[in-house]
Amino acid sequence: MSKYYLNYLDELESEAIFVLREVWAQFDNPVILFSGGKDSILVTHLAKKAFAPAKIPFPLMHVDTGHNFPETIKFRDDIIKELGVQLIVGSVQESIDQGRVAEEKGKNATRNALQITTLLDAIETNKIDCAIGGGRRDEEKARAKERFFSHRDDFGQWDPKNQRPELWNIFNGKHFEGEHFRAFPISNWTEMDVWNYIQRENIAIPSLYFAHEREVVWRQNSWIPNSEFLILEEHEEIVTKKVRFRTLGDITITGGIESDADTLEKIANEVSGMRQTERGNRSDDKRSESAMEDRKRQGYF
Amino acid sequence: MIDNNQLLRFTTAGSVDDGKSTLIGRLLYDSKSIFEDQLEAIENTSKKKGHEGVDLALFTDGLRDEREQGITIDVAYRYFTTPKRKFIIADTPGHIQYTRNMVTGASTANAAIILVDARHGVIEQTKRHSFIASLLQIPHVIVCVNKMDLVDFSEDAYNNVINQFEEFSSKMLVKDVRFIPISALLGDNVVNRSENMDWYQGAPLLHTLETMHISSDINKVDARFPVQTVIRPQSDDENRDYRGYAGRVEGGIFRPGDEITVMPSGFTSKIKSIDNYSGELKEAFAPMSVSITLEDDIDISRGDMIVRSNNKPKATQDIEVMLCWLNNSPSRPRTKYSIRHTSNDQKAMIKEIVYKIDIETLERNKEDKTLHMNDISKVKIRTTKPLMIDEYRENRTTGSIILIDDTTNETVAAGMIV
Repeated sequence: MSKYYLNYLDELESEAIFVLREVWAQFDNPVILFSGGKDSILVTHLAKKAFAPAKIPFPLMHVDTGHNFPETIKFRDDIIKELGVQLIVGSVQESIDQGRVAEEKGKNATRNALQITTLLDAIETNKIDCAIGGGRRDEEKARAKERFFSHRDDFGQWDPKNQRPELWNIFNGKHFEGEHFRAFPISNWTEMDVWNYIQRENIAIPSLYFAHEREVVWRQNSWIPNSEFLILEEHEEIVTKKVRFRTLGDITITGGIESDADTLEKIANEVSGMRQTERGNRSDDKRSESAMEDRKRQGYF
Repeated sequence: MIDNNQLLRFTTAGSVDDGKSTLIGRLLYDSKSIFEDQLEAIENTSKKKGHEGVDLALFTDGLRDEREQGITIDVAYRYFTTPKRKFIIADTPGHIQYTRNMVTGASTANAAIILVDARHGVIEQTKRHSFIASLLQIPHVIVCVNKMDLVDFSEDAYNNVINQFEEFSSKMLVKDVRFIPISALLGDNVVNRSENMDWYQGAPLLHTLETMHISSDINKVDARFPVQTVIRPQSDDENRDYRGYAGRVEGGIFRPGDEITVMPSGFTSKIKSIDNYSGELKEAFAPMSVSITLEDDIDISRGDMIVRSNNKPKATQDIEVMLCWLNNSPSRPRTKYSIRHTSNDQKAMIKEIVYKIDIETLERNKEDKTLHMNDISKVKIRTTKPLMIDEYRENRTTGSIILIDDTTNETVAAGMIV
């Protein structure tokens, strides 16, 4: 006898595919925001499923801070080749060179906030009306209230107090010229769901997620990788550790954890026993209690 | 990882004092779903505010304005998993001015938790929340009689609440109502069985949520497939002739070989294949996202609905709905709104406001003919082209609509077809 219900991963997959198809049907020029992190890789995988046997019918867009892990860029280029889709790159370095933004100063300087300008410029230049992201509601408290279809005004800003009500699965993507939407197909997935699904589907992810030997320095309670951008403090010391990364952002701010998990199965097991949130190792979220909400209001991912 | 775990979505409505945030905090805390860094942040804030111990309610406060005012304004979603199920909580504010948020949170829920303060019994707010649960046809309602610690865990106090609730809810359409005496603050009967209430033989809240039967909540009889988009690989030689209708099954079961009708055109054909990324499927049921190919080459596009020929929805331009007004600007008479029903976009006009419901007293008001934010009313709507509808109580997807104001593009109302 067949069972007529889906398990939770199949239901989440089906929901995400539904959202991706709604995006394609309701917008003229959508893109997937691709960072090379596991969430955007997952969204891309789901898009492949949503439109099969056709190719993904829209481009991937990468906001390149210039502070990348080299592994991320290689992974990005490989996946573009495999999918046969177009890649749009918005470059933070170009935004700096053009004087659109100014580099932060000091030892904890990052290009994290600068991405907002580059992202919004790329959206405007390429006439993008919907940017599909891998944001999840379990990541952070400001994201817990995010809609599947999230409206941005003509300055790219999010107004969390005036969001469109979203009932059942009826998504309203109507917008005026110059406005755009962010769509979040994996809103309802948790970090654990993502890992369970990646393991089940055997989805390729960058080697950075697996435990590997790396030169790192202990800073703000995590192992920050050595790179050409790292400025050492007096008491700090570069050491080699076996680490892996739970999330991938800029090489300057993404802290690793010590780990021996070198397979998807071991990672899933490790994550299920974790007692810290994944963004706990991201110094960009530690700046204030409403750091994420403030950035999102301005147009962050 | 256990493969057959289901997903259960539930909503909690409540206001500042009835312990809703504490209950959610307790569920997450006792099921070990709160991370250390989150707990530390809450401990720090609790200290700053001068609370004794950890204020679990702080865990559910999201946006800055809410943290400042100490209230939940919007719907916030929370997640937790137990070895038996994955849960999504739609956490909504309970004040009357947030009815629209409650309706939003209730729209996708399998279950609703209604909190009643054991000291006060059933109050207006309880009635309002129950009414919304019944209006949105949430299949399961769990009435948690909270703050039992403040009534000395008295069985009489608990029974009083049950009697009061059953008295007023007899007219409502809730199929499955359960009662649980709890203390969210102390944890009695939330995750762990209470040691203070021997007289209660039922299961604690979490166990109830984990074991409640939900697979029959979805309509398995009336096969409905609204077409979202058409998949036609063009550049690819191998699949050049492929023409798949992409969508999600929103009711019933489809199988290859089924005789189908495309609505509203009325063309008939047979299902050739039901596909997903992995290949051809033997059958598809709600809520599976698939692509359907047909034996005949007929003109189908977004907004059409594929149904089994022997079981069709009603095609009509005149619908009656229970409408919840969601927008700050009131309804305007004789205005054309955009209406969306599944993937079908049309124009519509509110022809008549039959009555408004006073959601404090549940009485009908036939005099007031303007819809303001949070109003719930029965209205007649006329659309420019037919919609393929079912009654909301038969199918929550093909029985629901939203109205969009074309001058602002905002979603102004949500309706359940009666």
